[in-house]
Order: sequence, then C-alpha cells, then structure tokens
Amino acid sequence: MGATEKIYFYPVWLRIWHGINAIGILLLIFSGISMQSSLDNSVIGFNLIINIHNYAGVIVTLNYLLFFIGNLVTKNGRYYFIKMKGFLKRPIKQAYYYAWGMFHGESYPFPLSEKRKFNPLQKYFYVIVMYLAVPGVIITGFALLFPELIIETVYGISGIFLTAIFHSVLGFFISIFLLIHLYVATIGKSPTENFKSIISGWHHV
Amino acid sequence: MVIFLILGYYHFLIFSRNIDLHILMKFRVFVLISFFLFGALSFSNAQSYQDPKQHVCLKCHSNQTYTFHNDVTNAEVKRLMNPYYILDTVAISSGVHKSFDCTDCHSAEYEVYPHQANLKLEPLSSCLDCHGGDESYAKYKFEEIQAEVEKSVHHKVYGESFSCSKCHNQHTYAATARNSDNLLEIVDYSNKMCLSCHNDMKKYKLVSGHDNPKLVEVHDWLPNQALHFKHVRCIECHTEVVDSLMVSHNIVGKDQAVKKCVECHSADSRLKASLYKYENLQKRSENGGLGNVLSNSSYVIGTHQSPFLKLLSIIIFLATLGGVIIHSIFRIFKK
Ligand code: HEM
Repeated sequence: MGATEKIYFYPVWLRIWHGINAIGILLLIFSGISMQSSLDNSVIGFNLIINIHNYAGVIVTLNYLLFFIGNLVTKNGRYYFIKMKGFLKRPIKQAYYYAWGMFHGESYPFPLSEKRKFNPLQKYFYVIVMYLAVPGVIITGFALLFPELIIETVYGISGIFLTAIFHSVLGFFISIFLLIHLYVATIGKSPTENFKSIISGWHHV
Repeated sequence: MVIFLILGYYHFLIFSRNIDLHILMKFRVFVLISFFLFGALSFSNAQSYQDPKQHVCLKCHSNQTYTFHNDVTNAEVKRLMNPYYILDTVAISSGVHKSFDCTDCHSAEYEVYPHQANLKLEPLSSCLDCHGGDESYAKYKFEEIQAEVEKSVHHKVYGESFSCSKCHNQHTYAATARNSDNLLEIVDYSNKMCLSCHNDMKKYKLVSGHDNPKLVEVHDWLPNQALHFKHVRCIECHTEVVDSLMVSHNIVGKDQAVKKCVECHSADSRLKASLYKYENLQKRSENGGLGNVLSNSSYVIGTHQSPFLKLLSIIIFLATLGGVIIHSIFRIFKK
C-alpha cells in the first residue's frame, strides 16, 4: 500500500456531511418503512417512529444545506459536472466494465485522479440522487408536515395523496440507490478500501 | 302555483347539466310531486320557516324575547324566551324535517298562549314511531341503529331517556354524512353532536349529574390533538364499527376506545370502515388505477400505499438484491 499514490478526496466537511447523512437516511428508511407498513412495534411505538422520522428529516435537510453550499463554494462541486461529450457512451462503457470487463482482466476505463473522483456512471447516480431525489423528498416531506400548504386537488385526485405517493416513491428510490451505493463501494482495491476512504479522507489510487 | 312551476323548471335547468337519463326521469317525477305538494301548501298557508315573524309558533320561538297580551293586567308583556326553546329557523329550513310544520308533531293546542300546562304531559313521537318498520326508510336501517344504540354507554347509563334526539336534533338535523362531499364538513357536523353536551357544562350536567371531563386533558396522550379533532370524528375511536351500518351507533366506554395508532394508520385502516365509507366519498377515490385512494382532505400516515406500487417496489428491490448477489458471485469465482 505504501507504494501507491494517495489523493485527499474527502475533506472534513464532506465526511461530516456524509456521516450524518448516512445515519439520517438509514433512520428515515427504517422509520419510513415501518410507518408505511404500520408495523405496530410495541417496543418502539408508532408515535416514536413518527417522531424519529420527523426529526431525522429535519436533520437530513439542514445537513443537505451543508452539502449543497459545500459543493458551491469548494472545488468538490466540480466532480458533479456532467460533460455533454459522450453523455451516454461514457457511462455505458463503465457499465460494460462492471458487467463484463472487470471479469476479463480489462483495465479500469476511467482511472481516478485529482481531476476525476467519480466514474461517469457513479457521477450520474450521485447527481440524480443528490440534486433531484433528495431535494424532492425534502420538499414533499415538508409539504406533508404542513399539509395545509398543499394544493387540494390535482385533476380530482387529492394533492396530499399525490404528495404522499411521490414522497414514498422518491424515498424508495433513495433506498435502492443506497443498496447499490453500498455494494459498488465494495468494488475497489479491496472490498473495504472505499469505506476507509470516506472515513479518513484519503483515497489510494 | 305558477311560481313553483317556474322554480321547478329553474332547478331542472341547474340539475340537468350533467345527469343521466335515469336521474332525469326521476327528477321529472320529483318536479311533478313538488308541484302538487307545494301547490297544496301554498293554499293551506301552513308553514313558513322562511318568514318566522308570520309563523304562529316561530314568531316567539325564534327570538330571544317574546311579547304577549296579559289578559289579567290588560298589558303588553315582554319576556325572555327559555334559550333551550329558541329554534334556529335557518337550520330548520335545511334540516331533514323541513317539510313538517310544528303542529305535525306538537299538539295544535300550543297555538294558544299561555300554553296549557297539561300539554307538557303529552307524549311526543319518538323517531322509530315514524321511521321504524317503514319501507321507504329501510336503507337508513333505523331498527338496526336502535339495537346498536341500546348497547351503547349512553343507553346503559341513562336508559330510554337518552333518545335519538339527544344527538340528532329533530328540528335541525341534516344528513350531512350522506350528502356532503366535504370530509371536513362531515367531521365537523358529527363532532358537534358529541360536543353539544361533552363540551357544554350545563347540558352535560343536566343529563349526567356530574361535571364533564376536560376533553383536551383526557386526550392528552393523542399526538397532534388539534389535527385529529379536526380531521376525524369522535366516533372513529369511540364506537364499535359495524359493517352493515353507515355510522356505528354503539358508543363504547372510555376503556374500550381505540388507542392504538395503527388501527387507523395502516393500509386496512379502520377509517375505511367508518369515516371513508360514504359512497360519495368513495366515488372520488375510485379515480384511476390508484386503487385505494382514500378521499383525503387529510393525509393519513400509513394508508396511502397502493398494492400496485407495493408489488412493484418489492420486485425492484429483489431484482437489485439479485443483481448484487450475482455480481458478487462472479467477483468471487471469476477473479
Ligand atoms: C451506510 C450508509 C453509507 C455508506 C457506508 C456509504 C459509503 C460511501 C463511500 C465508501 C463513499 C466513497 C466512495 C464513493 O464515492 O463511492 C461514499 C461517497 C458518497 N456517498 Fe455514501 N454511503 C452511505 C450512505 C449514503 C447516502 C444515504 C447517500 C445519499 C443519499 C450517500 C451519498 C454519497 C455521495 C454523494 C458520495 C460522494 C461524496 C463526494 O465525494 O462528493 N451515501 N459513500
């Protein structure tokens, strides 16, 4: 390991954001699922579950501001820009690597460097999740906290109902993202390498 | 007569915009009937809740005060009306019994003032006297409701004297739950029936003999109390749901009231069998493929999932998990 090059990919603010976000989202997923399926967990209790969900939601929201502003004012935001050149070709190349190339000794198509922290596929996922799904789930979540703000009906269907559905769908999407995120993070120099990086900040290339 | 004919036609115009032929036929019959009915009434000149001043009873019973000629002192006397005997003429004229005149139920001798003392002893009709065993009221299931009421705490404690009219004011009652398509209105109307006593020191004590419990305090445990009070009816938790009835009438004791959140906050919410049961509300919820849309002017946590989305999410989740497992296996063996 000593011979490899190290890059400082994850500054402290990003690691703090990520840690809080990970715990917050996990709490939201578990409390969310038990609210949806109305598990009557007499140990935790429905009321507590709702409180957990609400508080975690507010924390994740405030924490999201850290991510958003951090990416605006530091260089980290650059890693999230999507290039129009090879808009489809590049992520497909990466997907092909995961599905075929990596089992056939092909070399990594997008080696990481100071300039490139994410491979194209990963970048797309992060952008969709962090700039669409998470903001969406935050907005719908706050709407459900203050239902009197929601438009009453949309083409005869209750606005609150639509908001609730949208909130759950986005939440579900984030859960699926997390599953993939966790798995893909094990693909590295060693299965634990990436996890060490997001804690220490240093990534071995 | 001519006026009623015009009125009928005017209604016809309004209603006929989007109704089908079947209803149209029915409506013609209705116009005909009302034509005869109103025609007859306009001759008999009996009731006019619209103009209480002209009404022999309401000219006194719709006001705070009344005046009469005292024959003994030969003077005009002004008195305060007993507040419980003041009638809300606006509510009466939109209530279920609006087509009745006072003397249809009360003795015609009341038309004389001072009223004869012995008139008080005259028994009045109970609801079942008119509504019981009648084909035309069959759909309201009065007998079944009566049987349920007899099981309720009110009946157990106060017996026969706790009549239907304790909750359903016979003068003003409107079938809001059946006719309104506004959930909040239904909730409000229903809760006011309970609150008319349970939140009224005088009336509560009149019936029970003791002070009324402070509702806000006894419901302390309920999260978002104000929201709940506005969006669901008292009876949601305080009755035993009977599927064959629109509104459960077996009001159970405090110790049997629902206290578990998930009874309502779940896919097979108790509310579906109660508050959201009304056809008019359910019609709205049949919209599109979103099968179990509850008609929501409120969002009930836990009740909004649709079976289709649930299945889809399980499939997506399992597919993702499968992909991860297969990929891991390849990574282990193909290295
Ligand atoms: C138990 C939960 C989680 C673990 C163990 C975890 C793990 C990791 C690891 C190892 C990395 C660095 C490698 C890489 O960039 O792929 C990372 C980065 C990242 N994770 Fe997570 N993650 C978790 C939850 C989440 C959640 C819930 C989200 C978003 C909703 C998320 C969003 C991100 C983003 C956007 C990055 C890149 C940050 C940057 O470098 O700018 N993670 N995570």
